[in-house]
Amino acid sequence: MGATPDIAVVDDLIRQRLDEILPGKIEEKLKEIQENKTPSMAIIATKGTLDWAYPPFILASTAAALGWDVTIFFTFYGLNLVKKDVSDLKVSPLGNPGMPMKMPFGPDWFKSINWNIPNVVQAGIPGFETVATSLMQQTIKNNGVASISELRELSQEAGVKFVVCQMTVELFGFNHEDFVEGMDYVGAASFLPVAQTADVTLFI
Amino acid sequence: MNFDKELDARGLNCPLPILRAKKALAELTSGQVLRIIATDPGSVKDFQAFAKQTGNELLSSAENNKEFEFFIKRK
Repeated sequence: MGATPDIAVVDDLIRQRLDEILPGKIEEKLKEIQENKTPSMAIIATKGTLDWAYPPFILASTAAALGWDVTIFFTFYGLNLVKKDVSDLKVSPLGNPGMPMKMPFGPDWFKSINWNIPNVVQAGIPGFETVATSLMQQTIKNNGVASISELRELSQEAGVKFVVCQMTVELFGFNHEDFVEGMDYVGAASFLPVAQTADVTLFI
Repeated sequence: MNFDKELDARGLNCPLPILRAKKALAELTSGQVLRIIATDPGSVKDFQAFAKQTGNELLSSAENNKEFEFFIKRK
């Protein structure tokens, strides 16, 4: 019979070996978990204008096409994005210095002009927003960009989950009949756990 | 290159080429090939990312005369 090995020496050897093997093993395992996980995204949609209607639906429909699980929580002015009829969404150039004001028709030199119309003038012209909206709709069409109702339909078709803030539905005096089918009406407590486990969370 | 289905995404802008491609791929069986023609310059990078994320194989990506041609094999 040989002598019993010193326990401290054995411990040391084990520790050394673990140090050698573990980092590689952990990396391997993490990679495996990452590869098998379905990515997820939770979006809060709070804006109700034609321009701001795009980001949530573009990102949601694209993520769904990539195979992600997607939830959009519609609240405050974002409720306008889930109304049955979204053809009345408007865009306002008033107080929006980032918005190029270009014409979607005419010769190229005319289309390239950026019309810097002062806010005070914009505010004083009746129907200015309506005109700006129809010009933007034309630009959207000219550029082969999808309409909001099309992107919304594609999102729902692809399995994007729509949840709606019940509190703001009541606050703004809407009825569930005003909105598209297939949505859950919930509160913040229902959305937060979804956001907690999502890989991507966006406030739009 | 041989293909089993064709998608004309000319004139469509982000994210429609990807969304239409996803739908078209769903109608194919594993191993079949989809040919896509697009005019959106962003679609070159987008289809690379799409293929990487979804596991469908991007067989080729080419540009001729401001048109982009992609062949994607369904996973």
